[in-house]
Amino acid sequence: MIKFIAKRVAQALVVILLITCLTFLLMNLVPGGPFLSEKNPPPQVLAAMEAKYGLDKPVPVQLKNYIVHMVQGDFGVSLKMQKNRPVTTIIMEMFPISAKVGVIALVGAVLIGVPIGCIAAYNRGNWVDSGLRIVTTLGVSIPGFVVATVLLIFLGSMLKLLPTIGLTSWQSYIMPCFSLAFYPMCYIGRLARSSMLDVINQEYIRTARAKGVPAISIVFKHALRNAVIPVLTYLGPLTASILTGGFVVETVFNIPGLGRYFVQSIMNRDYPIIMGTTIFLATFIVTMTLVVDILYKVVDPRIDLAKGGSR
Amino acid sequence: MRIQKFFGFFPFPTWQIDVDAVLGHGDFREDDFIKADAAEKESFIETKASLSYWQDAWRRLKKNKVAMVSLVIVILLILFAFIGPLFFENDYTTQVRGDENIDPSWDYPFGTDNLGRDLLVRTMFGTRISLIVGIAASLIVLVIGSIYGAISGYFGGRVDDVMMRLVELIYSIPEILVVLLLSTALKPGLQEWFNTSDTAIAKVLSTLGASLIAIFIAFGILYWVSMARIIRGQVLMLKEQEYVTAAKALGASSSRVIKRHILPNCIGQIIVMTCLQIPSAIFLESFLSFLGVGVSAPLTSLGSMASDALGGMYTYTYRLMIPAAILSLLILSLNLFGDGLRDALDPRLKK
Repeated sequence: MIKFIAKRVAQALVVILLITCLTFLLMNLVPGGPFLSEKNPPPQVLAAMEAKYGLDKPVPVQLKNYIVHMVQGDFGVSLKMQKNRPVTTIIMEMFPISAKVGVIALVGAVLIGVPIGCIAAYNRGNWVDSGLRIVTTLGVSIPGFVVATVLLIFLGSMLKLLPTIGLTSWQSYIMPCFSLAFYPMCYIGRLARSSMLDVINQEYIRTARAKGVPAISIVFKHALRNAVIPVLTYLGPLTASILTGGFVVETVFNIPGLGRYFVQSIMNRDYPIIMGTTIFLATFIVTMTLVVDILYKVVDPRIDLAKGGSR
Repeated sequence: MRIQKFFGFFPFPTWQIDVDAVLGHGDFREDDFIKADAAEKESFIETKASLSYWQDAWRRLKKNKVAMVSLVIVILLILFAFIGPLFFENDYTTQVRGDENIDPSWDYPFGTDNLGRDLLVRTMFGTRISLIVGIAASLIVLVIGSIYGAISGYFGGRVDDVMMRLVELIYSIPEILVVLLLSTALKPGLQEWFNTSDTAIAKVLSTLGASLIAIFIAFGILYWVSMARIIRGQVLMLKEQEYVTAAKALGASSSRVIKRHILPNCIGQIIVMTCLQIPSAIFLESFLSFLGVGVSAPLTSLGSMASDALGGMYTYTYRLMIPAAILSLLILSLNLFGDGLRDALDPRLKK
């Protein structure tokens, strides 16, 4: 167990380091450099600026400096959008807003998705199952921005049921959270259905049925515990999907979270923010995946972790 | 009914058994050693032609109504995207002065945008770009993934260990972030290379546009890993089969064994994976374009059309809804068709 955790932590660190190097090199690949995009400054000023931010040194040295600073929690300062404010401060300001919407969406996706899967498996083959299958297939095929804009136009603008901008009241959370949760909810529904169908064919379920346990209690009590394990493995990718889904949803609903800010920084080519946010989000996702992998073992002791990753 | 059918297989009706023939079963007859003539030879050949793997799969696919309807929709959308623009004199870039911001009408079924461009033609063109991205990206994934997976699985041992370690590493990278980053960073670089370089490759690539190439590169770097994993698993299983041992014993080289014996046997899985990759590539491209990182002007895709329409989405709702609906329909039918194809090509997987 300890060996497994050590191995996975090491792997996660390598991934984070790799992403850091990749982002750094990619941002250096962009022609021009950060100070050339505005009015071309005189060469002396440019040299002084580059010296100030350490951009005059060779790329490997810059990379090393960046990593050293990053480990100390310093991602540099914003170059354009909030000039000279530390990227860390900006991230810490924006992330809680995204996290709030994200956590609601995540919990909602699991709490609705799993029962959908169970109900579909319980009603296997009849019209309830087909109906749910249509909904979930639609859900994994419709891009997030379509869901968000359709909701916004119909519920927000035409029927005027829900507020369309910002996060002022609890009603204003409904549409962003729903559009964020819709795809993962449907994905979880499909996942839960197929794993439930696997579990239902096992012998202990037959025993329960032979004892006369009612079908509904078999599905939701006996089978659910085992059927929910694949859903657990999806939690890592789910976090990633909700965080990146936030880019779209926050843009559409004008929520001042990290996702929208990230998109704006891409438009404005504010490289330190792009870099800082990418590394921050990547670290977050990698850590979540790691935690889920370890939890997976705790929940289901039958899984042999020594045999490599669970994904 | 079923019983009658079953007994119908017997060569003679049961009530007409010739007792002498049965008793004298082992006796030779005079004509037993005469050479068979052409007509007799003919009668030995099976009348019912045996079905090949593909015919069998096609037969199963035809029975799947959902998959067939999706196939028809996909074909219609392909025609819409590639043949449709031929019927219009206006290009997707043509700006008609005086015809700006027209609502859908007889002349412009989907209306025009604020620059006077026909939105129907633009939608057709956007669908085309989305399809091209989907197909090209899946081909990239197909080539890299299957070659990598086949080599890794076939050689096994240390080679496999090292190669799979790399796969594991790439697998745990949150790919959307890196794709965003790659397309942001590569676009200006590629653009500059196109502008300065005179080589033939740069010329060919520049017709596609820097943004598309950046997406392809991102796909090529990141998305082949799951394909490689599945192919590797298949190859690990297949290489233990007797016919592979036989081929090796006959002196076949590794590349020949992979090409002739192993790849043809996992072709079904490869096709299904590639097919299901198309909608996910289109999905990703629309996501990137919607955020303004993907396909950029003058090219357009369904995602960037929706993104353009976002500003006036309350006044010109249809400008957002039309590309969004076509995009969703395209991804949905490709997904459903892929599912049907999986059931048809690999019935064991069906649940």
